[in-house]
Amino acid sequence: MYFESLDALLNMAGHGPYVWSCYGLFVALLGINIWHARSQNLKALKQAKALVRRNQ
Amino acid sequence: MTQSIWRMPRWFHQMGSPKWFYDFGGILQPWFAVAAFVLLTWGVVWGLAYAPADYQQGNSFRIMYVHVPAAILSQSIFLGMAVAGAIGLIWKMKLAFMVARSCIAIGATFTIIALLTGAIWGKPTWGAYWVWDARLTSTLVLLFLYAGVMALNQAISERQVAGKATAILAIVGTINIPIIKYSVEWWNTLHQSSSFTLTSKPSMPADMYLPLLLTVLGSYCLFALVVLMRTRTQILQTQSGTSWLAQHRDITGA
Repeated sequence: MYFESLDALLNMAGHGPYVWSCYGLFVALLGINIWHARSQNLKALKQAKALVRRNQ
Repeated sequence: MTQSIWRMPRWFHQMGSPKWFYDFGGILQPWFAVAAFVLLTWGVVWGLAYAPADYQQGNSFRIMYVHVPAAILSQSIFLGMAVAGAIGLIWKMKLAFMVARSCIAIGATFTIIALLTGAIWGKPTWGAYWVWDARLTSTLVLLFLYAGVMALNQAISERQVAGKATAILAIVGTINIPIIKYSVEWWNTLHQSSSFTLTSKPSMPADMYLPLLLTVLGSYCLFALVVLMRTRTQILQTQSGTSWLAQHRDITGA
């Protein structure tokens, strides 16, 4: 590891808040996108199944 | 003659079949999920904890490993959306409109990430979160274009008409992509030039460059995953009355 301790990694010589907030945004916004795409997919699958059951 | 130019090979038309796309997309989806997770985790851990600090910017340069992939993807997704839209318009392929539609939210997300991480990176580097610089302003225009495409898509209830309108706006909007790319060369700007090109040797050492390559590739895999998921969702919504879907194992559970 480049840093000598976990504290140094978190602090990054004063740049920690900038760096960590960027990574947090990256993970959170992409995570929301994947979650939304997945939930829409499951909802559509459920509706398609219900339609097939109704038509039977 | 004209007809032979526009006639496309069989595999191209096969790709336009919702059934084929739904099945093939279902096979690809888990592979893209695993690739995105592995590449992004590897790139992020390497970039955050193992890459050396930059001699000028110190540790704030580590923002590059999320900012650059987001900026690259924001532009290439817009281009991809325009290409899919053009395919839909030229070959009247409904599935191409679905793919274009699936690009909007993830493209806008990458643009927001690029703008926000760029603003945060700007503070320790330039002393300001925002400057009305050519690169930043043209990227903000890209976000407005995504917003316009999204609004247009949702405003028209007829899917086919919405697909056509979206395609036209996306094609017209691509004029902004070369402006973003060359803004750092055409105008005096605070923004640095590209960290990453396909044609020249990287100016950074491998320890700094390779994590970036990993996060860019991982972001492309994540984009592919989301587009597959969203397109397959639209196939479920539009094909729910068809016999192939009624007999599909995803529906029957067999």
